[in-house]
Amino acid sequence: MSNMRTLTFDAIIIGGGGAGMRAALELAKSGKKTAVLSKVFPTRSHTVSAQGGITCAIASADPNDDWRWHMYDTVKGGDYIADQDAAEYMCSEGPKAVFELEHMGLPFSRFDNGRIYQRPFGGQSKNFGEGGQAARTCAAADRTGHALLHTLYQNNLKNNTTFLNEWYAVDLVKNANGDVVGCIAMDIETGEVVHVKSKATVLATGGSGRIYASTTNALINTGDGIGMGLRAGVPMQDMEMWQFHPTGIYGAGVLVTEGCRGEGGYLINKDGERFMERYAPNAKDLAGRDVVARSMVMEILEGRGCGENGDHVLLKLDHLGEEVLGKRLPGIVELSKTFAHVDPAREPIPVVPTCHYMMGGIATNIHGQAIAQDAEGKDHIVNGLYACGEAACVSVHGANRLGGNSLLDLVVFGRAAGMFIESALNEGVDYLDASESDIESAMKRINRWNESEGGESVPELKRELQNIMQTAFGVFREEKNMVEGVQKLAELRERVANAHLEDKSAAFNTARIEALELDNLMEVAEATAIAALERKESRGAHSRYDYPDRDDVNWLKHSMYFPSEKRVGQRDVNFAPKTVDKFEPKVRTY
Amino acid sequence: MVTNITSFSRSGLSDWIIQRASALVMAVYTVFLVVYLLLHPQLDYATWSGLFQQTWMRIFSLLAFVSLAAHAWIGLWTVTTDYIKPTAIRVSAQFAIIFAIFVFLVWGIQVLWGA
Amino acid sequence: MSKLQVSLYRYNPETDSAPYMQEFEVDTQGRDIMVLNLLEMLKEQDATVAYRRSCREGVCGSDGMNMNGRNGLACITPLSHVVKNNKVVLRPLPGLPVIRDLVVDMALFYKQYERIQPYLQNDTPAPAIERLQSPEERDKLDGLYECILCACCSTSCPSFWWNPDKFVGPAGLLQSYRFLADSRDTATRERLSDLEDPFSVFRCRGIMNCVAVCPKGLNPTRAIGKIREMLLANAT
Repeated sequence: MSNMRTLTFDAIIIGGGGAGMRAALELAKSGKKTAVLSKVFPTRSHTVSAQGGITCAIASADPNDDWRWHMYDTVKGGDYIADQDAAEYMCSEGPKAVFELEHMGLPFSRFDNGRIYQRPFGGQSKNFGEGGQAARTCAAADRTGHALLHTLYQNNLKNNTTFLNEWYAVDLVKNANGDVVGCIAMDIETGEVVHVKSKATVLATGGSGRIYASTTNALINTGDGIGMGLRAGVPMQDMEMWQFHPTGIYGAGVLVTEGCRGEGGYLINKDGERFMERYAPNAKDLAGRDVVARSMVMEILEGRGCGENGDHVLLKLDHLGEEVLGKRLPGIVELSKTFAHVDPAREPIPVVPTCHYMMGGIATNIHGQAIAQDAEGKDHIVNGLYACGEAACVSVHGANRLGGNSLLDLVVFGRAAGMFIESALNEGVDYLDASESDIESAMKRINRWNESEGGESVPELKRELQNIMQTAFGVFREEKNMVEGVQKLAELRERVANAHLEDKSAAFNTARIEALELDNLMEVAEATAIAALERKESRGAHSRYDYPDRDDVNWLKHSMYFPSEKRVGQRDVNFAPKTVDKFEPKVRTY
Repeated sequence: MVTNITSFSRSGLSDWIIQRASALVMAVYTVFLVVYLLLHPQLDYATWSGLFQQTWMRIFSLLAFVSLAAHAWIGLWTVTTDYIKPTAIRVSAQFAIIFAIFVFLVWGIQVLWGA
Repeated sequence: MSKLQVSLYRYNPETDSAPYMQEFEVDTQGRDIMVLNLLEMLKEQDATVAYRRSCREGVCGSDGMNMNGRNGLACITPLSHVVKNNKVVLRPLPGLPVIRDLVVDMALFYKQYERIQPYLQNDTPAPAIERLQSPEERDKLDGLYECILCACCSTSCPSFWWNPDKFVGPAGLLQSYRFLADSRDTATRERLSDLEDPFSVFRCRGIMNCVAVCPKGLNPTRAIGKIREMLLANAT
């Protein structure tokens, strides 16, 4: 492979979604030689599908709003395994990041006084849970992600960021010291494989919802960064924590924003009962997403589901009136008509909890530096590797993310990573160059596919993987199912390792991309499964029949999944915010 | 900004205004002629030629001719730039069109003021 | 129920000297699936079929293509909207170079988007909070900012087909007006002066194919009309 081209950058950002482009913007402004490498044109990234908004205490709806209240909600929402220094950083830096977006041109909806419109979202409170429902989610109608992503792309154009669009990152390149010094990447259009050399490699590859059969995630959400990280030996944190969004359109999986409930919509069962009043008497339909999703599944399991098979519930919006729907939720009206054949102004939308968000990922500090653990369980930085956005686990979301916090996470930590990398590069970074054999080992996987002769096909294996995950690692989990699931995944891994790539052409070969993605799905699924089996308690989104209670004695911890031994360890949760008192774990009710 | 040296005014806005203004002049001229013809069902040469002896009619007609020339050039220039991609052929066609329009214009003036 | 006849545009630059149409038969079991689902079924029959896709819900703009002669997004176009006589013909977006099968080279399209400086410009110092904007001012951006850059409009526009290098095209002009209409943007004069040549805006002949095909229901022709009005007001 000595004839392979090498591209050299100060920083390479893998992923062109909100987090990647926010980091890129910071670096482009600093004049560092930066490139964003994205497998799709940046505005096709999954951030575009975010609907309801970006939660942040900008004190617009309520002039007395306080970022500490937001931090409290975030920590409580995460069932107390969110790192409090990170939550503090996100909630306090948030307003700055949101105002920057507005200055960049993001077309936020407005209140009559000209300030940014904020709507109520789940899990939001005033005065540390004592002051009732807050309205803290800044919105551009119900297309906030679209508006945000396009604004970031536009500002990257303004600042002349280099884009490698429709390039696919295959694997990380590590030098002899184990530092990450770039990646192997493929230009999808031509099929050319190059070595991208960089002093800072940022994984901003987003989530991996496609490990489940039913997901709100885009088809591109295959956990490429997590897969690359795991293959490079980087441990993953809290991988068992997967959020199931209460309102995915039944059958299609398409997301219906929590903003619907924020604007006054609510869920009903087949008797027309607003059942959330029973499960969460105060917050009702605006309880944490994990709570609402579980309540919906309980309704369905207890025979109060809707439809012929009683396998979904309904989201009622018609009482809001056509005007509110048209102004605040126009995208939802469109999506319901297209995918549920229902006009929400007249009929309720059939919905079901659907895989939505990966709380876990690459453990990082607030600067985006990737963190691994040594044999004694002590943290250390992985030189050269950074992560931000859904691929990272800072962790601000803990065991359950609050609605509207993902967009904030993207911009706050994308920006933070950019700023940190800039200063690190200024101070001087010098890593050993990768040797020929270092590059060879990063090429192993793509070579394997290119040389494959015969074996099973990719789509079939992918379907099996998704079904295993859906069956054994869904909203409710239990030992027996999970043990079976882990076993099936182990068998599946063997089959994936021998699968066949039939089409070996070079130009825009999407079959090759899907094969490479399957490897990543496999990595993520196995990490999820093994971590889920290990966490013997119920916390946030991780809910077990056999261990129905939260266990703060043994599990007020992050889980750490180590790929080489397929072992799960623990990592301490940060309880040391700098400017506020820590929030002690309390019983979590809404 | 896309620059183009062969367009009428080198400004899309001016071209656009001129095309609309010239269209208006031609429309009024056409309506006038149609009404005139309807009002004179037994039109003979003397009446017709008498009309064109009037100075206002000559000026009105000249205005219509000039409008037609401008309108035609803007329109045909657009057509040539849309459909004729080889530069040599396009420029030749544009010269031919300009020449034809010039000839028709001079001819028209000759008819109006000639003997 | 007979199987659905699918005619698919095929071209692989490595093996094909020219594009051709390949016929498929697909058993949809009578379900009214989206065209994207149909393509996924085709790809399982023949893994070499290439197309772009991402969000599968009509917001990312990846899978613009020509379905029975009409541009649209495959993921939100049910078969019932396009199938005629139990047949559907799938082609790449017209007017752009084809890379492979349904994948077109969108470089010219993006170049025109970049040309209109698609970012907010404001030469006043930013306040400590957001710039204020009344709901009425914000309403002017509705119908403009929602563009997903799928290129369905520009590639259905004959003026863009003939002059893709000079005419900005409906998508770019819609975004141009999105910034012209934004009360927070102060570069109006510069933006307008960059558009007053005979091609950038004025190649629009009001054919309105763009309006007919926009999968988000936007109206680029109206935006172009507004730009012309602003140019006129600015120059007279």
